Amino acid sequence: MKKLWFTLLALVVTTAIFAEEGYKPGSTATDFKLKNVDGKTISLSDYQAAKGFIVTFTCNHCPYAVAYEDRIIALDKKYADKGYPVIAINPNSVAKVPEDSYANMQDRAKSKSFPFPYLYDETQEIAKIYGAMKTPHVYVLKKEGKKLSVKYIGAIDDNYEDVSAVKEKYVEEAVDALLANKPVKTTSTKAIGCSIKWK
Amino acid sequence: MCLFCSMKIPLRHYLSLFPLLFIVFNFAIAQTPVYNLDQFQERIQKKNDTLYVVNLWATWCKPCVEELPYFQSASASFSQQPVKIILASQDMKTKTVQVADFLKKNNYSSETFILSAGNPNVWINKIEPKWSGTIPVTLLYKNGKKIYFHEGDYPDAETLKKIIQSKLK
Repeated sequence: MKKLWFTLLALVVTTAIFAEEGYKPGSTATDFKLKNVDGKTISLSDYQAAKGFIVTFTCNHCPYAVAYEDRIIALDKKYADKGYPVIAINPNSVAKVPEDSYANMQDRAKSKSFPFPYLYDETQEIAKIYGAMKTPHVYVLKKEGKKLSVKYIGAIDDNYEDVSAVKEKYVEEAVDALLANKPVKTTSTKAIGCSIKWK
Repeated sequence: MCLFCSMKIPLRHYLSLFPLLFIVFNFAIAQTPVYNLDQFQERIQKKNDTLYVVNLWATWCKPCVEELPYFQSASASFSQQPVKIILASQDMKTKTVQVADFLKKNNYSSETFILSAGNPNVWINKIEPKWSGTIPVTLLYKNGKKIYFHEGDYPDAETLKKIIQSKLK
């Protein structure tokens, strides 16, 4: 009996540790309800026809996020019609970074004509559950029945400075593989980025 | 009075001076050097008793910029000891002038270069597998070996100095 309790305790502890670390490739992702720049609330479940999502934690102020803005727009233009729309989320605390306020998000979405929703994770809960640490930080999700399965976590590609020097387009490779019903080769990558500014 | 005019030197000879002036002008502007990963590792992994305190930062990174005074302060505190503080910037490699200007404006005297190391998905793990890729990051090297890694900023200069002190022994 004692052994059983110990096993159970160990299980609870490890689950707690894993929960804190956020998603890994293979995790089941949660849906959310977040406010878009147009004032409407958006959930992943609103996208009945989608096969999956390119959930991208990003923001206004970070030079890395800015460097990737056009590439995020290009991802949506390439994949939204194929069933993988971009869902952008700003998780930064406005108290820490005034540039990342909701009003500034609205301005940026307008000036860059974002074709995708740009959501405000005001409580930072979604960024925490997903385990996002920086901007930009991408999660490619695939609908599997009612489940949202995490297929890729990490960078958009291997060169933020120079788009013409990109060799590995990680997100595109992942989505292309999913569209072809093939396993994703590179399921997670690391990148330098601005850390998410927590409250 | 035009001194040179009287010498009747054709205009095109003056024009030929422009490239020379351009070179001189470029030297006059301070620029931060750019290191690749090999140059970086060669710089910090020396087989000597110097403790290399390497801080990865960027001018655009708020928490990084906020803790730079701690490194400046540590540099002064350990000036009589074998401690070398190195600020490895993660600014774009085209920002050599901006980084140099930033250092000058703030009177930071530590050795600084821009680390342009290629694909982050490769080099981040080479530096430290536990590192997620956010900055600031502080690493300590001694005798060619990494002996300390910290992801995130420090609360104050004293915390940083205590860590350096503990690794000096």
